[in-house]
Amino acid sequence: MPSSRFDRLGLAAFGVLGLLAMFALPVVLETFTLLELTVYVIMSILALSLAFIWGFGGILCFGQAAFFGIGAYTYAIASLNFGESTGAVLLAVAVPALFALALGSFMFYARISDVYLGVITLTVSLILFNLVNSTAGDQYRIGSAPLGGFNGIPSIPTLNVPFMPGSPLDPTQIFQVCVAALMLVYFGLRALLASHFGHVVVGIRENERRAELLGYDTRRFKLGAFVVGGAIAGLAGCLFANWGAFVSPTVFGLAQSAQIIIWIIVGGLGTLIGPIVGCFLIQWLTAWLGALNVINSNLVLGAVLVVFVLMVPKGLVPTLADLATRRARRAAAAPQRGVAGPTQAGSGRVGGLDGIAEEVVK
Amino acid sequence: MDFALVVGIEILNAVASLMLISIGLAIIFGMMRIINLAHGEFLMLGGYAAITATKAGVNIWIAMLVVAPLVVGVIGVVVERCVVRFLYGRMVDTMLATWGLSLLLVGLVTTIFGNTTAGISSPLGPVLIGTYTVSLYTLFIVFVAAMVGLGLWLLLKKTRFGLIARGTMQNANMAAGLGLSPPRVYMVTFGIGAALAGLAGGVLAPITGVVPTIGVAYVAKAFITVIGGGASILTGTISASALFGTVNQLATFATTPVIGEVALLLAAIVLIRLLPQGITDRFFRRSL
Amino acid sequence: MKLERRSALKTLGGAAAIGAAASLAARAAHAAGDIPVASIHDLSGGLDIYGKPMEDAMKLATEEINAAGGLLGRKVKLISYDSQSNMQQYTQFAQQAALKDKVAVVHGGITSASREVIRPVLKRFNTLYFYNTQYEGGVCDRNTFCTGQTPAQNVEILMPHVMKKWGKRVYVVAADYNYGQITSDWVKKYTKDNGGEVVAVDFFPLDVTQFGPAIQKIQAAKPDLVLSALVGGAHISFYRQWAAAGMKAKIPMCSTTFSGGNEHIVLAPEEADGLVTAFSYFQSVDNPVNKQFVPRWHKRFGADYPYITELAVATYQGMHLWALGVKKAGSTDRMKVIQALESGIDFNGPSGKVTIDPATHHCTLDVHIAEVKAKKMVVLEAYKQRKPIDTAAVCNLIKSPNENKQFVIKI
Repeated sequence: MPSSRFDRLGLAAFGVLGLLAMFALPVVLETFTLLELTVYVIMSILALSLAFIWGFGGILCFGQAAFFGIGAYTYAIASLNFGESTGAVLLAVAVPALFALALGSFMFYARISDVYLGVITLTVSLILFNLVNSTAGDQYRIGSAPLGGFNGIPSIPTLNVPFMPGSPLDPTQIFQVCVAALMLVYFGLRALLASHFGHVVVGIRENERRAELLGYDTRRFKLGAFVVGGAIAGLAGCLFANWGAFVSPTVFGLAQSAQIIIWIIVGGLGTLIGPIVGCFLIQWLTAWLGALNVINSNLVLGAVLVVFVLMVPKGLVPTLADLATRRARRAAAAPQRGVAGPTQAGSGRVGGLDGIAEEVVK
Repeated sequence: MDFALVVGIEILNAVASLMLISIGLAIIFGMMRIINLAHGEFLMLGGYAAITATKAGVNIWIAMLVVAPLVVGVIGVVVERCVVRFLYGRMVDTMLATWGLSLLLVGLVTTIFGNTTAGISSPLGPVLIGTYTVSLYTLFIVFVAAMVGLGLWLLLKKTRFGLIARGTMQNANMAAGLGLSPPRVYMVTFGIGAALAGLAGGVLAPITGVVPTIGVAYVAKAFITVIGGGASILTGTISASALFGTVNQLATFATTPVIGEVALLLAAIVLIRLLPQGITDRFFRRSL
Repeated sequence: MKLERRSALKTLGGAAAIGAAASLAARAAHAAGDIPVASIHDLSGGLDIYGKPMEDAMKLATEEINAAGGLLGRKVKLISYDSQSNMQQYTQFAQQAALKDKVAVVHGGITSASREVIRPVLKRFNTLYFYNTQYEGGVCDRNTFCTGQTPAQNVEILMPHVMKKWGKRVYVVAADYNYGQITSDWVKKYTKDNGGEVVAVDFFPLDVTQFGPAIQKIQAAKPDLVLSALVGGAHISFYRQWAAAGMKAKIPMCSTTFSGGNEHIVLAPEEADGLVTAFSYFQSVDNPVNKQFVPRWHKRFGADYPYITELAVATYQGMHLWALGVKKAGSTDRMKVIQALESGIDFNGPSGKVTIDPATHHCTLDVHIAEVKAKKMVVLEAYKQRKPIDTAAVCNLIKSPNENKQFVIKI
């Protein structure tokens, strides 16, 4: 891909930042800030899951919270039953992936797409919410784990060193695990996008009919992307259950799904870094408003979002990258005429950092 | 026998309520392909408008049927001019903008009205059916839904504005080429959609009350009904409401309200699986 | 347009950064020597109707304590968090209160779910916790004190009263979550104990607003009375639709939750009059403390304050109980205060005398039965000093001080 110098720099920068965060921050920051950052990192992983299937796969899933919640509940139930976290983590990624496989097959093989797909995924997450919410009696238990209904499942055993149930991880180590997970997911997705599979998925997003005419079974590729998204969301759910040592049916709710969509739009649809930035920003803003407690939080957050969408239409990261490259180009192009490289007409949804560098504003 | 009649009335009530809360969204989505996530809040504002007007001395019927839609219609037009107008064709951005708008409206109403607002009670009493009593108001809601459907049909089919609206919906560029102004049509349509949401909120206020956050309970169901209905605004919404309302009430009568809710959601999934573009993609095609 | 946008972005960015820095600075700037206390309640979102009066109660109690000279010569500083009806925010703010603000006590949590979120966090980080909302009972945790009433306290006296008044066949409508389900079990128990029967129980998800089928089913069952354990803004529709269907005149109703969310103010008299409910506190409770308390509250928060809820008064009493514990212990150290609170502390509050039971960390309370009349609650009967016998049946912290769970009380 063109402009790979920019791209490689970006990747390296992310890797360095991640390692720095993992090893330097715990020394510098206090426990509370680490805990706060941990949940932001976990939500970023969740954001990445939808960013991948929506920004690159074109699949607008209104119910990504379903996989998030299934992952969280699976971890809770499994770790309470097994007494040990390794198997629970594996299950917490596998079960949502399987569920995504089932739901995805149901949807993609029926050629359901765009808004209709959004509605089905929304209704699925609402069904899960309603069902889990009414499991409050003691008779609703899986193994030795009561489902708890609206009250949720408290006191979930948190991660321990693999195969050593006697050594649970402390908050600093859980922070490091989460940052490592985020980096793994990010680099994994970048690798996936650079592979044949990733190219086809993006091609399907651009023009599904053309991909079909070229001989690809688009349903299978979309299903694959959907399963990957489901697995990542499940991982985020598992880590979330660990962070709070708690899970309740609100993880399936409409508000949770809407949050993910908001982060991605704010950060920039069609990028991977954007949703991470958007997630951090909105999460921090929400917490700050809740602590500040002067004006109604909804009022401020709503006003911020409306103003944001009018002023920063492509999302933060694409706009910032835009400014950066335009400045660079102006500096470099002074003696030259014309602009090198192909123009990308369209809505600004191109892949990764290198796509941003290629952006030409309409 | 009485019980069957009562069940029938409750089913009609559910269908009519679903239709009322969805029709506003159907118009906005059908015309402009905008997912208006603030739809629930328009309903809420309609309720507040009706209640405030009634408390200020306006006759309750006028408050519900005239003041509520008028107020919310105006708010809708203002929203369209200030925010939505810049975002046509950008579905993703309208989602973010309308979500932000819904938060803003909830926060605004909470700040102005507080979260405890005395409601208005139903202006109609009960009616006896055998040994059962049913609120006459439920029949009124069915009546309002029928009138809205009829009025909308008349508007779209028989008036010049309806013709312009349908033309713009089918092909905005052609309409512009013929000398019409699509932006103006969009503005009026958004206002009408908002007004209908306000009407629904006002009419439902005596039996559901108003708290600033009541919009959340409506928006998911309205969205599912509109999408399930398909491309046609009127027949789509009516048929989807009929299906979902019936399934919901029958399941609720037979089992528990939880199962009733889940049954409605499952019905939506099955429907979209069988008819991937909504009901009116297959039945009642090319109807209004 | 682009140029304006870019510069606007820069200024917004700068403003946000300054704002963030300022907020962090402001938060850290309470005077050394102040005793920090945290309030974590929902002040926005669906549950704010419960949360706002509770936070106001915290403010009033804090001001009263400070006006009387503070605690141990130091002022109490209230730090208020708005959890926005969001579980994740509850967790974050609990962590913030415990680790960053290092408060002496947290008063917070409304639904049982929110309590179960912050209880383990506060226990883990050694911060004292007071839960001041009425709930289904069973919490057994040395770090936690519950000042709200539990089913054994209000259902036990409500059932005989209404059954004597109206009849023996009861139909229950309840919110479909833990509180509703456990309360309905207690209703079944006490109804049976009084020679009656529960004809049916219907559970409703929290966002249901259409109660038509339920009302018809109730008519078909022909009970003597209906008991409502419905919760939240959407469920208020039940009372409206009940009255609109003319049922109010035919079948009487009682409730274990009505008035907690200002339902008697939101509904019109023709929709709510005659409904009987049992709470520890009503604004019209007649005792010398309440006679002074209500005018004080109105002076502080306005004469047009909608209603002083039971949750608010439980919070007020909780704060004062904690303050008494600190004074008795002579320190804000967590274990010392816990031991002081376990040594038999009581407080004469607006709801009556409130005593902390050392074995359960719950409170012995006065409970009142009241009837709705013209948007006011008229107290019919008072029952003094009801013990938390439901939690006492499963929890004994003196014998097992390391207990840390919520028991589901089997009836």
